[in-house]
Amino acid sequence: MSKEKRNLIIAGVLIGAISVALVAFGNPKNMGFCIACFIRDMAGAAKMHSAGVVQYVRPEIIGLVLGAFIISKATGEFKSRGGSSPMLRFLIGAFVMIGALIFLGCPFRMILRLAGGDLNALVALAGFICGIAVACFFLARGFSLGKYYFQNNIEGTSLSAVNALLLVLLIFVPSVFAFSEKGPGSMHAAIIISLAAGLIVGVLAQRTRLCMVGGIRDIILVRDYTLIVGFVAIFVAALAGNLITGNFKLGFEGQPVAHTAHVWNFLGMFVVGLGSAMLGGCPLRQLILAGEGNSDSALSVAGMFVGAAVAHNFKLVGNATENGPNTYGKVALVLIIVILLCIASVRTFAKKK
Amino acid sequence: MKEIDCFGLSCPIPVVNTKKALKDNPKELAVLVDNVAAKENVSRFGKAMGYNVEVLEIDGGWKIQLKK
Repeated sequence: MSKEKRNLIIAGVLIGAISVALVAFGNPKNMGFCIACFIRDMAGAAKMHSAGVVQYVRPEIIGLVLGAFIISKATGEFKSRGGSSPMLRFLIGAFVMIGALIFLGCPFRMILRLAGGDLNALVALAGFICGIAVACFFLARGFSLGKYYFQNNIEGTSLSAVNALLLVLLIFVPSVFAFSEKGPGSMHAAIIISLAAGLIVGVLAQRTRLCMVGGIRDIILVRDYTLIVGFVAIFVAALAGNLITGNFKLGFEGQPVAHTAHVWNFLGMFVVGLGSAMLGGCPLRQLILAGEGNSDSALSVAGMFVGAAVAHNFKLVGNATENGPNTYGKVALVLIIVILLCIASVRTFAKKK
Repeated sequence: MKEIDCFGLSCPIPVVNTKKALKDNPKELAVLVDNVAAKENVSRFGKAMGYNVEVLEIDGGWKIQLKK
């Protein structure tokens, strides 16, 4: 076995175990980590949307970005770079977020939901794979969002600095934020635990290049089974952890923070797969790359933040109590698929200058 | 040795470009990359395609030499 695969297994097992532990420490079920849900909670805490049940400054997100920042500075991998279709990345980031909130989870939480026995996540996985396969069709034919350029360090440090500031505010002046009193936003581990978990996973993900999209993409595109190992290791470790802690429940109905609208679970994660593969990585990977100085990824994170606010303000999200998205959400999702395919076609087939 | 320039390109584009350049089974190929993920991915892909892989540091990045 290659060193890369071995490291991915170790990291994946640790990350799966940490995810289960976070639930035991107070996070919502099957939500030890969820990049989409957590960024959405932060948008709520910053009063970008007013969905009262999903407002909290998630230290896990802060830890992921700062963990990647610190380790990449230490290893010399930090490089400030950007300028590869920033506005498109912002838009695609927002679209990925809307897709994820219609399913109710990013690819990371999809694995954790699977490991909790939530079969709706299996439907979503099928959509996710299809989305990545469509992106691979374009990638193999020359799709690219264009070249990045090296920039001044202050550009690549910006998102990390914002996260450091959020942490300071959370600890010293939490009253500036809105916090949920009930619902998923009110369920969380202690700040120090969440932060430590984020930092550890941030370091592991940076070192191993762990990516939920990359694993499936590499198999389709070049028959490379390296990155998928991390995905599988997280699943196995979280499954074992859920069985031990009694949080495993097999079925479609009554799953935590989930709905059973199969078509929309499928299409929601189809958008996440397609959009993330166009961005070059899943939402987790975007956070890590942003920490490493990639301002293109920082912009897709900003897009996710705004996309979360849009998804809640315009009521596009998949609703756990009303069983899926309403008409607005459905129309928006279909439009997003059309727009993503247009962007991919133009960036693949339009005559290059 | 034929060279392909993947400076400024994020994964998976450098790997896709390498795959295209290896289509006719050349004896050797050099790939220029400027980020670590691309260096690792192109090296891994080269090995999987049965090439001997040598990574040289160059100004601003790496030159990955694939030889059969």
